[in-house]
Amino acid sequence: MTLPAPAIAIRRLCKSYGQTEVLHGIDLEIARGATTCLIGPSGSGKSTLLRCIAFLEEATSGTILVNGQPLGFEEQADGRRRRLPQARIREVRSGIGMVFQQFNLWPHMTALGNVTEALVTVQGLSRREAGERGMAQLRRVGLEARARHYPSELSGGQQQRVAIARALALEPKILLFDEPTASLDPELTGEVLNVMRDLGDEGMTMVVVTHEIGFAATVGQRIVFLDHGRVLLNGPPAELFAPPRHPRLTQFLETYLDRGAAMLLKPA
Amino acid sequence: MTARLFELMLKAAGYTVVISVASIGIGLLVGILVCAAKLSPRPWLRWPAGVFVSFFRGVPLLVQLLLIYNLLPAVGIVVPSVVAALVGLSLCTAAYQAENLRGGFASVPRGLLEAADMAGLSPWQQFRRIRAPIALRLTVPALVNEAILILKASSLVSVVGVIELTRTAQNLAASTYEPLLFYSVAGGLYLAINWIVAGGGALAERGLRRGRLA
Ligand SMILES: Nc1ncnc2c1ncn2[C@@H]1O[C@H](COP(=O)(O)OP(=O)(O)OP(=O)(O)O)[C@@H](O)[C@H]1O
Ligand SMILES: [Mg+2]
Repeated sequence: MTLPAPAIAIRRLCKSYGQTEVLHGIDLEIARGATTCLIGPSGSGKSTLLRCIAFLEEATSGTILVNGQPLGFEEQADGRRRRLPQARIREVRSGIGMVFQQFNLWPHMTALGNVTEALVTVQGLSRREAGERGMAQLRRVGLEARARHYPSELSGGQQQRVAIARALALEPKILLFDEPTASLDPELTGEVLNVMRDLGDEGMTMVVVTHEIGFAATVGQRIVFLDHGRVLLNGPPAELFAPPRHPRLTQFLETYLDRGAAMLLKPA
Repeated sequence: MTARLFELMLKAAGYTVVISVASIGIGLLVGILVCAAKLSPRPWLRWPAGVFVSFFRGVPLLVQLLLIYNLLPAVGIVVPSVVAALVGLSLCTAAYQAENLRGGFASVPRGLLEAADMAGLSPWQQFRRIRAPIALRLTVPALVNEAILILKASSLVSVVGVIELTRTAQNLAASTYEPLLFYSVAGGLYLAINWIVAGGGALAERGLRRGRLA
């Protein structure tokens, strides 16, 4: 039996801002159909890595294959990389959806307008067809009744669910989340995490940067622990979180006792 | 004041409104172009736009009007004085509106454009569907402000021979020897027009409230 090709394959990825290198040669494969949680201390490079995968940042060197296709740059025979034409970039990127910490909903459009915008403007669907597909996605995140509301009229949790519906409407193969609950009141994180859990159960490939350790431990099939711009640990949660634990991970978990890490740390 | 004279004043007020509205409209269109040029990555577009803005914001409107009124015939363009007045008012307000718009565009949060990038919108689609609508909404209060300023500044076009509200009041004041009466009526009419503009602006902002930046 051959292993299925990974959804994302990252090789020797480096990223510098000016003179400062923040990612130091990341090698990482993201399994298809699984939820991978990216955790690590603040400043360890989680967002930078996720944004490189979304091609919102251009890596300084290294390659990223998304669904087998090179993203942004292609390695040539002589080892140098060549920037791919914009059309290729857009095509590869269309397989990726992203959910941001700040939701980033377009404020001048209703919930439904946000979800259908790209269906109409990019894919050229009729308003009616886009509307039907948009409503189906809003139903999926439990917000059918809020379709006509503007973002300013929705709670943070509702806005983030609309943002998830917006990403889902384009039928991506991979969904990236950068701390999707970090700007929500604690009582609203649950509704967003539940939607994400359902997506995981449906077999969506997800990469989730999160400080919700409890969520990572229960929903993540794979945990990647980033430290100082390197992948320090990579494995299933049962393995990673069980003692004997890596001292850096223990140290990190101790700062997140309130986010479900306490349960992992308590002596058996 | 007889009804006939009051009618003359009302007509003149109508003329002031027409000149101002046309200037604001033309100024908005030119302002959008100037703003686009200023935001352009191409220096040969950015540079002239910068000169345009500093000239029309730096030279008094009265001097601009006199310059244009005398410059056009000097280069062989003979136009009615109202056209010279419109050119002067429009270009002046265009410079201010271009700067207001630029501020609006600069205030569109970057994340909204990253979301548009991820949704596959091309740069032009992003401009048309996301950046421009949000920037215009952010600019509405400044636009209303500018409209009121131009309505008042339009009184200056009487120097190039356009008989608008202020000039009409002057003429009637001189011929009837009742300056206080006619200037009071003129002031009242300006005030009334600007109330309507401000009220319209408030309504527009109310209408856009639901779609405001959170
Ligand atoms: N645009 C930028 N310019 C310069 N430095 C940056 C930029 N973005 C991030 N960095 C730096 O890169 C490093 C990694 O940042 P990153 O945002 O990826 O960390 P993170 O793991 O997501 O942290 P957090 O948990 O706080 O979100 C940090 O040292 C940060 O200061
Ligand atoms: Mg981050």
